[in-house]
Amino acid sequence: MERARLVLRSVAPFLVALPVLWFVQGSLASYTSFVAINIAVNVILAVSLNVVNGFTGQFSIGHAAFMAVGAYTAALVTTGLESLAIPGVPAAVSGQAVFLVALAVGMLAASVAGLVVGIPTLRLRGDYLAIVTLGFGEIIRVIIENTRVLGQATGISGLPACTNVVWAGMGVVLTVVMARRLLQSTQGRALLAIREDEVAAEAMGVDTVGWKVRAFVISAAFAGLAGALLVHKIQLVTPRMFTFVKSMEVVVMVVLGGMGSITGSIVAAAVLTIALETLQAADQYRMVIFSMLLIVLMLTRPSGLFGTREIWDVLPRWRRRRAPGEAP
Amino acid sequence: MTEFLQHVVNGVSLGTIYALIALGYTMVYGVLKLINFAHGDVYMVAAFSGFYIATGLGVRDDPTVGKAVAVFLGSMVVAGALGWAIERFAYRPLRNRPRLATLITAIGVSFLLEYGFQLPSLQAQGRSLEEVLRGWGWTVPGWFDALVTALPSTFPPGPTPRFFPEPFTRVDWTVLGGVHISNYDVVSFLVAFAFMLGLQWIVYRTRFGMAMRAVSFDPRVAGLMGIPVNRVISTTFVLGSVLAAVAALLVAGSRPRIDPIMGLMPGLKAFVAAVFGGIGNVPGAMLGGLVLGLAEEMVAGYTVSSFRDGIAFAILILVLLVRPEGLLGRVTVEKV
Amino acid sequence: MRAVRAMALLAASLALAACQGKKAEGDAPAKSAAAPAADKILVGHVGSMTGSEATFGQSTDQGIKLAIEQWNAKGGVKGKPITLRTYDSQGKPEEAAVAATRLVVNDKVNLLLGEVASSRSLAMAPVADGNGTPMITPSSTNPRVTKDKDKVRPFVFRVCFIDPFQGTVMAKFARNDRKIEKVAILRDVGNDYSMGLADYFLAKFKELGGTVVDDQSYKAGDQDFKAQLTAIKNKNPQAVYVPGYYTDVALIARQARELGMKQPLLGGDGWDSAKLFEIGGKAIEGSFYSNHYSPDDPSPRIQEFVKAYKARFGVVPDGLAAQGYDAAMVGFDAMNRAADGSGAAIRDAIGATKDYPGVTGIITIDANHDAVKPAVVLEVKDGKSVFITTVAP
Repeated sequence: MERARLVLRSVAPFLVALPVLWFVQGSLASYTSFVAINIAVNVILAVSLNVVNGFTGQFSIGHAAFMAVGAYTAALVTTGLESLAIPGVPAAVSGQAVFLVALAVGMLAASVAGLVVGIPTLRLRGDYLAIVTLGFGEIIRVIIENTRVLGQATGISGLPACTNVVWAGMGVVLTVVMARRLLQSTQGRALLAIREDEVAAEAMGVDTVGWKVRAFVISAAFAGLAGALLVHKIQLVTPRMFTFVKSMEVVVMVVLGGMGSITGSIVAAAVLTIALETLQAADQYRMVIFSMLLIVLMLTRPSGLFGTREIWDVLPRWRRRRAPGEAP
Repeated sequence: MTEFLQHVVNGVSLGTIYALIALGYTMVYGVLKLINFAHGDVYMVAAFSGFYIATGLGVRDDPTVGKAVAVFLGSMVVAGALGWAIERFAYRPLRNRPRLATLITAIGVSFLLEYGFQLPSLQAQGRSLEEVLRGWGWTVPGWFDALVTALPSTFPPGPTPRFFPEPFTRVDWTVLGGVHISNYDVVSFLVAFAFMLGLQWIVYRTRFGMAMRAVSFDPRVAGLMGIPVNRVISTTFVLGSVLAAVAALLVAGSRPRIDPIMGLMPGLKAFVAAVFGGIGNVPGAMLGGLVLGLAEEMVAGYTVSSFRDGIAFAILILVLLVRPEGLLGRVTVEKV
Repeated sequence: MRAVRAMALLAASLALAACQGKKAEGDAPAKSAAAPAADKILVGHVGSMTGSEATFGQSTDQGIKLAIEQWNAKGGVKGKPITLRTYDSQGKPEEAAVAATRLVVNDKVNLLLGEVASSRSLAMAPVADGNGTPMITPSSTNPRVTKDKDKVRPFVFRVCFIDPFQGTVMAKFARNDRKIEKVAILRDVGNDYSMGLADYFLAKFKELGGTVVDDQSYKAGDQDFKAQLTAIKNKNPQAVYVPGYYTDVALIARQARELGMKQPLLGGDGWDSAKLFEIGGKAIEGSFYSNHYSPDDPSPRIQEFVKAYKARFGVVPDGLAAQGYDAAMVGFDAMNRAADGSGAAIRDAIGATKDYPGVTGIITIDANHDAVKPAVVLEVKDGKSVFITTVAP
């Protein structure tokens, strides 16, 4: 009985989201749905980075590299299997199947990259770890720019445009369910313990090294998903999309939302994406206004929008405030 | 052999740039434990203020020692003031808050300076405002037009790169049968070395340095001991920014292309150099900068140059794996 | 484990879906003739107005603005005034794609202009094609911008050279005219324009019997190029091909001279800016580059453009401004000739452009939607570009 309830809790969001997304997909204009997909990609990035930076308290500034790994791998799969038609299945369906395989392979490749970066966490912490993630991001970019199969600076164009609101929305649901379930599990407690005090956590028998590496792997996999979704919307993948600046944008979203707050990351990612899009009207003043917005937001909400809490903890009217001992 | 020596000279010359910027980085980090992402942009602003002063004085047509001194002093003052202002308004309100909050305002300030300097000049902005007003059918009064004309026509500079006039005449020497070295390389290296010694002296031999170390150790307790924490931190920022100004002028003098995003990559590399040497450690920043410069140079010179940054970072990661606290960093034992 | 189960569920539910994007791409041009606003003409421009390539985006934008002002002064296209809407791409392909979608779908522009970099134009091209809005790129040189695999993109055009042409021109010039046998290449590894030119130059130069002694690369925005230049110097080439943008080439030239290298540098149209001579100074003297036009060409259409641009924006136009101007001009000329205001009609008119006297040359659009125009080779002499020779396509 208990088990059934748990299964339902992880499956229910998908069952609810799917028809909603189908409906949304049909009613959005293509520009709005483009922005919606952009928001979804940023939400996936922010929530997944939150697993490393927010839950575990490590400082990664190379998230774009995992995105790149996922994006390029998925692009190779979809372009490589484009002509492949599964016998007895309509072309559209086999296209979707190939895309699903591509996403999965992209996530897998990104998580391997996460493992490679996660292993140095055995020895490094703080800003030294940050440098390693930054360096890894640069190394990935350099490798891509030097690989002919990956199109060097031009990248790979002509990808099938498979990402739509449904795919992107399902990606978001998947990521959020993952993060939420992770946070509420024993594993999540281990991550939080590492964030609060690594030495104490280790003393209490938490396998700090193992969990840090696992956090990196999980986070990287979902960054790869975000990358794969993004490039199959714009039908192009180039190394320029995964620069250091992109990594910093994700860090900004996580910190602005509040370290460890899933809803915070979601809101921050959405707000920043929409703000940038709205500010198109401001011409060249766009980025100036955006940076001032960033400074002011941070000065007024130094712990992020919701701190380490979730939106319903901050807005008690939405839900009865939990008893103090019960807080997550 | 000549080629190798030339690579060494080039590598040291490049490393000196990183070292000069990294010294400022490491000072600020040592006191506040803050990655000052805006440091590279203070460097950029310093280069541009040097450019404006030099243009105003006519350095390009007639460089003299007096003008060079004026350019250096002027841009040091501007950079120092900017550093003070950034600390006062963007970092101090967040001092007792999570460390990452300050990182985000640092990024915000960095974006603001980069993109702010990419805007069209104030005069051009005034003109487009007039045009908008006319488009609405308004008549623009004469005094407004006069005001717009009085606005600077080259500030902000916009994204087009500018030519930075040499503050002092460049001399290229050929030594050891074909190794080319210029007086800028020599002067930059000596200045960096002198700064390293000077900073080391300040940190370990003066009362102010003692206060800095106390603040770095524990700002709250330092405050209780009667140390003016705010003043110490402000002074450190001013000091770091002045160092950035000197670096900017030495670099711009020998590589005379300046633009609003010129601080981005050097700032990043200097951060890497500072961490590599052991962040917060003054000789470490110098060493880190030189090692990074030489590593990049040798990689580009002897292997595939398109792997330059990748291999340089790979070396850094490997070294950090062996020495997780950086080359000269202290091993911090975490106590429970 | 739950994630796996959820993934399977996701798969099952989505397998029922058709690949929306693909389908839309296929049949969209049919429904393309969205009725444009009747009383005015709206032109959209996607450019890198901020970020590391802002200088290129802003130049292009100013060129387009000048073209629009000149047409409006003449009474507009078919009596309708033209308005411009510019969106910023920040130099990012994904932003360029969103901006293009916004212009095409929401603002319903009649003509889409942009981008400078091929990587961003490649992100915009599917949007233009999918919605049936004609797009002209002023300076994206990668062949794939107008040609997706073997298929010509129906709505995408360009008014600039393609990489193969320009790389080949310089290789021919170096090998045949200058009799250079040994050459080194220094390319911008992060820039597809530079990579493309270098690749085609290399192939052609070898084909003509020359040797490429070294192939080095740098990254745009680098401060120091001496490592690569020292390596090149040791190989002792007779010339160095540097197909980058003027922002970097000026410093490369200086540092080459500081290392005692006397070889001429060779380059492409990315060199075209007064800043090259200002920053490069004496170091750039005696170098050669291929370009669309010669700024000292006495023909009135070029001199009038330079004069009007200077009067309007206070600076000498660079190559990107001239290309932005031409892209807009070709577009307006086509709109004026088009049967009606629909995307397909304008597309056909652009495709039929023949011998249009642009600033950057006499432009004819060929079957591949590329501009066919001769290239000129210029030499830098006394801080000016001097005409050397014309190379026909």
